[in-house]
Amino acid sequence: MKIELREIHKRFGAVHANAGINLSVGTGTILGILGENGAGKSTLMKILSGYFHPDSGGILLDGAAVRLRTPADALRHGVGMLHQDPLDFPPMRVLDNFLLGREHQFWQRRSAARADFDALCSEFEFRLDPDGFMFDLTVGERQQLEIARLLWLGARVLILDEPTTGISANQKVKLFATLRKLAAQNKTVIFVSHKLEDVEGLCGRVAVLRRGALVGEAQPPYTTAGLVQMMFGQALAVGVRPAAPLGAPQLELRGAEFAGEHIVLRNVDLTVAAGEVVGLAGLEGSGQQQLLKGVAGLVALGKGSLKIGGRDLSQASYKEFLAAGTAFMAADRLEEGMIAGLTIEEHMVLARRGKQPAIVDWAVARTAAQAGIAEFNIKGAPASVVEGLSGGNQQRALLALLPPALKLLAMEHPTRGLDVESAIYIWSKLLMRRAEGTAILFATADLEELLRYSDRVLVFFAGEIMAVLRAADATVEQLGALIGGKQK
Amino acid sequence: MSSLAATERQGWVGRVLLVLGPVLLALVITSGILVLAGANPQATLLKLLAGSFGTAVKRADVAVVWVSLVICTAGLLVSFTAGQWNIGMEGQIVMGAIVATWVGRQFVDISGVLERGAPLLVIAAMVAGGICGGVVWATAAGALKVLGKVHEIFAGLGLNFVASAASIYLIFGTWKQKSGGTLSGTVLLDEQLWLPTLQGLRASPYSLGLAVVVVAAVYFALRGTLWGLQLKAVGRNLRAARTLGVATHRVLFSAYAVCGACAGLAGAVLVVGVHHRLIPGISSGHGFMGILIALLSGFQALYIAPIALFFAALSIGSIALQLDLKLDSSLAGVVQGVMVLCVLLVQGVRQWRSGGSGT
Ligand SMILES: Nc1ncnc2c1ncn2[C@@H]1O[C@H](COP(=O)(O)OP(=O)(O)OP(=O)(O)O)[C@@H](O)[C@H]1O
Ligand SMILES: [Mg+2]
Repeated sequence: MKIELREIHKRFGAVHANAGINLSVGTGTILGILGENGAGKSTLMKILSGYFHPDSGGILLDGAAVRLRTPADALRHGVGMLHQDPLDFPPMRVLDNFLLGREHQFWQRRSAARADFDALCSEFEFRLDPDGFMFDLTVGERQQLEIARLLWLGARVLILDEPTTGISANQKVKLFATLRKLAAQNKTVIFVSHKLEDVEGLCGRVAVLRRGALVGEAQPPYTTAGLVQMMFGQALAVGVRPAAPLGAPQLELRGAEFAGEHIVLRNVDLTVAAGEVVGLAGLEGSGQQQLLKGVAGLVALGKGSLKIGGRDLSQASYKEFLAAGTAFMAADRLEEGMIAGLTIEEHMVLARRGKQPAIVDWAVARTAAQAGIAEFNIKGAPASVVEGLSGGNQQRALLALLPPALKLLAMEHPTRGLDVESAIYIWSKLLMRRAEGTAILFATADLEELLRYSDRVLVFFAGEIMAVLRAADATVEQLGALIGGKQK
Repeated sequence: MSSLAATERQGWVGRVLLVLGPVLLALVITSGILVLAGANPQATLLKLLAGSFGTAVKRADVAVVWVSLVICTAGLLVSFTAGQWNIGMEGQIVMGAIVATWVGRQFVDISGVLERGAPLLVIAAMVAGGICGGVVWATAAGALKVLGKVHEIFAGLGLNFVASAASIYLIFGTWKQKSGGTLSGTVLLDEQLWLPTLQGLRASPYSLGLAVVVVAAVYFALRGTLWGLQLKAVGRNLRAARTLGVATHRVLFSAYAVCGACAGLAGAVLVVGVHHRLIPGISSGHGFMGILIALLSGFQALYIAPIALFFAALSIGSIALQLDLKLDSSLAGVVQGVMVLCVLLVQGVRQWRSGGSGT
């Protein structure tokens, strides 16, 4: 289906999120959309898929002007979208989720639906159990299910908003194969991403947004430097990681066991020194989260012992962990990290450690929020509610909430959803903390990031730490093989 | 609670429209019902108005109900902010009334005459006791929810039942009057233990003052204090609040305790200021009505007073309907119910029109 966007404008208060965007996408193409955090990518995609209404401007599908009132309405016109931050799923079976959104059919023919489901799965080689539960699916599998569901509901345009964060390398390969197949079937794919190599490898055309406007388009062959120049208006230097001397042990685990809902991490012996960065590699849900939450006091220690900064915290409450100087940063920004409906300054007050006056001094809170906004370059105001921030800006806000002078910082996907420039900047901030003696543990699906910023890499597989590598000696290929469960 | 999020960020113009719109809609629908019931809507509504504000006595009666509703709703605002449906408010009011009565009875003889103690101190002790009763009962619901993972609605309903059974047991058993247990309740307490009322009326300036103080305190606590912010955080996202370092259990318990304190206070005021004894069904549904008022106010303390006034007027006015027009007083309930549905409808439509939201 051919899509034409004409002079799309959308404002949120003072923010001109889309400022007169004209864009057309031909049938059977995969269009990449690039742009820095807060450029207006998600907003534009939500307008195209009926979640937002433009303030002005029009949408033409196959030459006919349409008004997309709701997402369901958009889907009726053949436009379906996979969101940047999918909502949490209720305890529901996979097939039931698949059936969601089917309209005008009170009496679901489950057997027919199941047959369709199986056909779609085998066509795209998705291995999904229709009778399994949603919460057992990895991010990548949820994505496959959502793609299958949208196709089943008749999507001819598929919009994916940052689909490659948080999925494994294999799932990414499969996703790309799927998208190429869809394009070959004359479907239109729009692919929003911060990962330049993904866009370069997949997309037949690229459009770049900056501050709400379309600033350029490119065709293959792309040059990374050229795309970066278009996105940021300047070239970027990748940060180098200065050597830092290691200090005293900040984290000591002996025979530690952490039980999660679906996986138990057993018998962990690990010492992390002040100023050390340890990267956790592995497929999503292999036990990294248990370790990160465990050392931050959010998952109770089952067996063994745990020391932070030399103090035994094996039986300590989360409060004591906080007092000892640990912090956890969640990947689920709006599920576990921040509170939708509350503003940045309110978060600043909540996140402050130690004694606080019973009556909030909002002037102080505002100043703190302004300082965080300036330091992390957040596009937002102290009184902005966090769900109104763009994905990348939510991530910055999350980082701005971390208290200073931590002993141990445990992070899931610290640069999830950040554009290249911001990721470099955020890491420079984290490395400053490291120089001050914070021990950092982080999990990510980005192997380059792991090797670039870690001192050591722990490879997780099915609830076990399979290997410990010195990052300086390891290669991406080696790491990839280990993550897949292959021994050295 | 997404409706909470949606209503919080509108200016007062939007807010007033949001309240008046449904009121008008409800009036239209109620008139329709009245016509169907064979009554003249205009006459009925005028009668309702006269029945609630026509005379000083009636205005005072409205004030009595208003006090109770306002105190209860203020408490419910606290628990709603923490995301808790304190359905157990009814039982907490009853518990407050029971304990207040018990305290009072320690100072009087078998026919209710004050035997010892300074009257003012006894009144104060009764009120304090009532508050404790409410707190204990609410904390029980909170413990069932927080520690026992029993949904607060079931916990609340169960505890309501127990409290009301306990009051009946006391009235017809342990605290039975000399002449035997009667529906009119336990023995009337000494007049010295009554809150002073306005000349010849049932309303007491003290309880009115108390209600105003409670609403003001809740308004301020929710707006300006760290605790208020923590309540909000816990109510919207428990998991994230905990990660951020909020002591979630403590905050939840405090929400129940404060809500229970308000309920207990309302129950004690019903004893010292209105009935002067324990009667069956002393809470008269004010806890439930408080939930409706809280919903209508969009969880804003500022709007509690006028909405509670409307509800109070409706309850008192509908008594006149029964006497004069032979319409059942349950009409008040119908109007209230229709109102709430209309508000939810208008809110729903607004949310739907403003479109979904996302990242
Ligand atoms: N619901 C909303 N309410 C208020 N402001 C919003 C809302 N959604 C987006 N914005 C603002 O619009 C601008 C563009 O946001 P958008 O989400 O489109 O950015 P993006 O390009 O997707 O960024 P990212 O790469 O960080 O996800 C941002 O400044 C954001 O704060
Ligand atoms: Mg986005």
